[in-house]
Amino acid sequence: MAGVSRLQYTTEIRLIRVMCSGRIDLSHLFRAFSNGMDGVFIGGCHLKECNYVTQGNYHALNLVLLSKRIMKHIGLNPDRLRIEFMSSGEGNLFARAVDDFVKTVREAGPLGISEGLDRETLKLNIKAVSKLIPYIRLVESERLRGHFETQDQFKAFYNSEEFERLFKELIADKLAISQIMSLLKEKPLSTGEISEILGLSPSDISKHLKNSAKQGLVRYEENQKRFAL
Amino acid sequence: MITYIDENCLYLKEGKCLICEAVCQNEAIDFSQTEEIMEINVGAVILAPGYEEYDPMIRGDYGAGKYENVVSSMDYERLTDSTGPYEGQVLRPSDLEHPRKVAWIQCVGSRQVNPPGANSYCSSVCCTYTQKQVILTKEHDPETECTVFHNDIRSYGKDFERFYQRAEEMPGVRFFRSYVSVVREDPETKNVTIKYTTPEEGVKEEEFDLVVLSVGLSPPPDVEGLAKKFGLELNDHGFCKTNPVNPIETSRPGFYISGAFQGPLDIPESVVTASGAGSQCGELLNYRKGDLSVERVYPPEKDVSLEEPRIGVFVCHCGANIGRVVDVPSNVEYALTLPNVVYAQEQLFSCATNSAEEITEKIKEENLNRVIVAACSPRTLEMLFRDTLREAGINQYYYEMANIREHCSWVHPKQKDEATQKAKDIIRMAVARTRYLEPLMEIDLPVDKRALVVGAGVAGMTSALSIAEHGHHVYLVEKEPVLGGTARKVYDTLEGLDVQEFLRDLIERVYRHPLIHVYTGAEITGTAGYIGNFATKVQSGRGSVEIKHGATVIATGADVYTPTEYLYGEDERVMTQLELEEKITTGDEIVAHAENVVMIQCVGCRNEDRNYCSRICCNESVKNALTLKEKNPDQDVYILFRDMRTYGYNEDYYREAADKGVVFIRYEPGQEPQLEPAEEEGRPVLKVTLPDYVLQKNIEIDADLIALAAAVIPSAGTRKIENLFKVGLNPDGFFKEAHVKLRPVEFAAEGVYLCGIAHYPKLITETVSQAFGAAGRVLALLSNDIVTASGAICEVEENKCVTCGACIDVCAYGAIAFQETETGLTAAVNPVLCKGDGLCNAVCPTGAIQLKHFTDEELLSQIDAAAPEEESADKKEAAV
Repeated sequence: MAGVSRLQYTTEIRLIRVMCSGRIDLSHLFRAFSNGMDGVFIGGCHLKECNYVTQGNYHALNLVLLSKRIMKHIGLNPDRLRIEFMSSGEGNLFARAVDDFVKTVREAGPLGISEGLDRETLKLNIKAVSKLIPYIRLVESERLRGHFETQDQFKAFYNSEEFERLFKELIADKLAISQIMSLLKEKPLSTGEISEILGLSPSDISKHLKNSAKQGLVRYEENQKRFAL
Repeated sequence: MITYIDENCLYLKEGKCLICEAVCQNEAIDFSQTEEIMEINVGAVILAPGYEEYDPMIRGDYGAGKYENVVSSMDYERLTDSTGPYEGQVLRPSDLEHPRKVAWIQCVGSRQVNPPGANSYCSSVCCTYTQKQVILTKEHDPETECTVFHNDIRSYGKDFERFYQRAEEMPGVRFFRSYVSVVREDPETKNVTIKYTTPEEGVKEEEFDLVVLSVGLSPPPDVEGLAKKFGLELNDHGFCKTNPVNPIETSRPGFYISGAFQGPLDIPESVVTASGAGSQCGELLNYRKGDLSVERVYPPEKDVSLEEPRIGVFVCHCGANIGRVVDVPSNVEYALTLPNVVYAQEQLFSCATNSAEEITEKIKEENLNRVIVAACSPRTLEMLFRDTLREAGINQYYYEMANIREHCSWVHPKQKDEATQKAKDIIRMAVARTRYLEPLMEIDLPVDKRALVVGAGVAGMTSALSIAEHGHHVYLVEKEPVLGGTARKVYDTLEGLDVQEFLRDLIERVYRHPLIHVYTGAEITGTAGYIGNFATKVQSGRGSVEIKHGATVIATGADVYTPTEYLYGEDERVMTQLELEEKITTGDEIVAHAENVVMIQCVGCRNEDRNYCSRICCNESVKNALTLKEKNPDQDVYILFRDMRTYGYNEDYYREAADKGVVFIRYEPGQEPQLEPAEEEGRPVLKVTLPDYVLQKNIEIDADLIALAAAVIPSAGTRKIENLFKVGLNPDGFFKEAHVKLRPVEFAAEGVYLCGIAHYPKLITETVSQAFGAAGRVLALLSNDIVTASGAICEVEENKCVTCGACIDVCAYGAIAFQETETGLTAAVNPVLCKGDGLCNAVCPTGAIQLKHFTDEELLSQIDAAAPEEESADKKEAAV
């Protein structure tokens, strides 16, 4: 209705049509960030007012909250991702929401640089996430998905210690290994070097490297004193 | 947008000029046309002359026509509209300044008998439209102060109570229950002063920048002439006189009406009557159904799936709608630089018939195999342009719309450069997507011509009869051993209809109809299928049967709330209005001899638990009060209410009750009447205590009898129906229609329809109207031999499927199941059950399931194309 009512809003947004917010997937979000988009906005129907009967908007909410956590993990400002629920008749809500979102994103500054991430690290981190997407989809539906009614309940769950524990156990470690693999693909590196690039503690890195070595995924190059694929 | 010729035309005035005829290349102007009288033979007539807004000038109410800054609500509606006189800017007449303080005065021309000139009935729609205008005003400018002076707030419609709360809770919005007068206009500022009263401060005067008169609905212009021409009778209010049990049928056989010609109606009710009028005409004309229809033939479709994409882009000016803001020629030029775009041109109106023909021609000439029209929202014209492709022998899913109007020119009218750039981006994204589009097949499904109606109350029976009259078999399923539903407990209506007699007649007609098959004491144990092809299992005294049907009507009614308030169930002198009605009819002694009867409204609704108005209770209470007064004029009857919601013509009965001495006392939530058993001069009574806002003190009534207006609540079986038929519920637990205004009797689930109080509480005439409306929609479906299912549905790539079942878990439609194939187990989609939401895509770990027309490839190509082409360009946000 924003269009029909001719409500004026920011020119800095480009719209992509999906039939249900539940269609949106991690790969779409991270592809946008990987392309250098500064923010991604998802509009969905009001909770409990599904246009279908599938309640896909709850799925989208889970997706956004999980993605925000992943963004935080790889050093991206989670404010760059937002979901708002509105009906097709609430054009004013849409106009206000995107204006406010663009303002937030402006304040956050250009992607990566504002977070102190150089281009390479940013790309590497997003690539590591992208590689894990099939896995994340599985653990998301098996272990991480919240089944609640209200947004507040969802937010409480995603801020809970239990979620943090699950996140670390199920995603963070896997993500670190994925990042390490991406780095080693380019050249052999030492624990210290990896730790510096990824901003993770050397003890965590060495734990991951040891486990990966056991599985035969990496090997230690004695002569270079570095790990390699 | 059509050019028209008005009385200023020189040719019409003086017989000269004719320049326009000469310059119009399409030869669309023909000055040789003259008036001609045509004779058309028809079998039935539907009249839909609508209504006329009440003209406040008739009585010069509230400074109308006298003060510049007093406008009617219809004028104000135009001011808030983007196509209005100031393109959506709210400016007041005197100085074209933005008003900061706006007041609305309710009931202008409605609910008034003195002085003459106004209408005695309630216009039904004004409370809610005013609330809408308040919300719109606040959206235009949150700083504007909005004040509404009202009588009762009549938000009796579905979801209206919440809407009222939304308006009332906005900052800077005040609602005052007060009669008002407009006292003066400031000669300098032209501001208008209103005099009103508040309980706390007494009489007050306040100045406003703009005053809006919420005018009511009057009969259409020259309604007498119309009635005479068609031989119809009018009612006392000058609207069309209708059958007391069928508000669509006039006094003359074969003549039906639709919309507000029956009296004040809001949009969904009008839509319902339109469908219902269609259904009733069809009953008369069934024997010649389809005589005038012609089948559309398309050329055979070319297989272009193996060709390199050859995209044509047509950029629409939409008159000035797009062209005034977006530089259309530069967009055409830009489109030609994009990959696979082999042709681009601009068009003045792409949707005009000649433009669509031009697209078809260009497809052939330029050998295009994909087309983009950069114009408006796909919601408006996607269907039309898909058809254009079919006309050219190209699969319709090779069409894509780039929305540069609603998403661009209309929302960025002042930023022409940015809008032009954005339009280019939108076209670039559309081109990227179009390169990946695939031809999709729509599926033709045969339609089973039989219907299932669930629930045999007034709604279900009326619907069943109308469908059967069109020659369709109808299976009518009722859980009770007898037919009739809630109406069995109702004895008469305010208008004096004998409900039981009406019901007996209806039941008899149902049983006598050879095409209606009745199952009583029945339970639905399962249902499967899809639009046009359902199979429902019914268990009844006649055993278990499986019924095949093409359409389903849900008319399962509602229940009455069992009060926990006001000693209900503890003291036998406390009863519901329905129970009182029964006792009155059976001549109960206690009722007959009660000195004081107290009726309490809004019991169990309009509260936190049930945030809606049950709509019928005020009418029910007034009806019972009038009956009591008629039987025993000495009996004292009190109605304790929050807002009397006797909307429409029933306002007259409210007035009659007051005239006959029924005492109406208002109470507010939080200060509900208190009830306690007591003894008064040896007479055991129920003492009712409540504050009186007029007298500013507590009053006590010694009641012999208490009647509670208990809420209408969703029927106990609602949840089961919800799960069986995959239909939605609104926040209050009533069934949710596909679109509140425009599709009021359809569910979002295709082939399933609804009517009666399962949808929302309503009066019997309203139920009948809606039942015919639902029948109309059912018949629209059943008159087809086939229905077409969309091609944009999900599909599984078998060798990628790991049979994790995630997609099956999330598909609430049950459209996905495991299936054994040559290569082993795989998930498979039933294409007719899939509704194309695509939730399964997002949970599939391997990307094996894809929603066609919205595949990952297609969406990712758009996301990639959304990124600016050059590094130097400003970054933009991608929105999904």
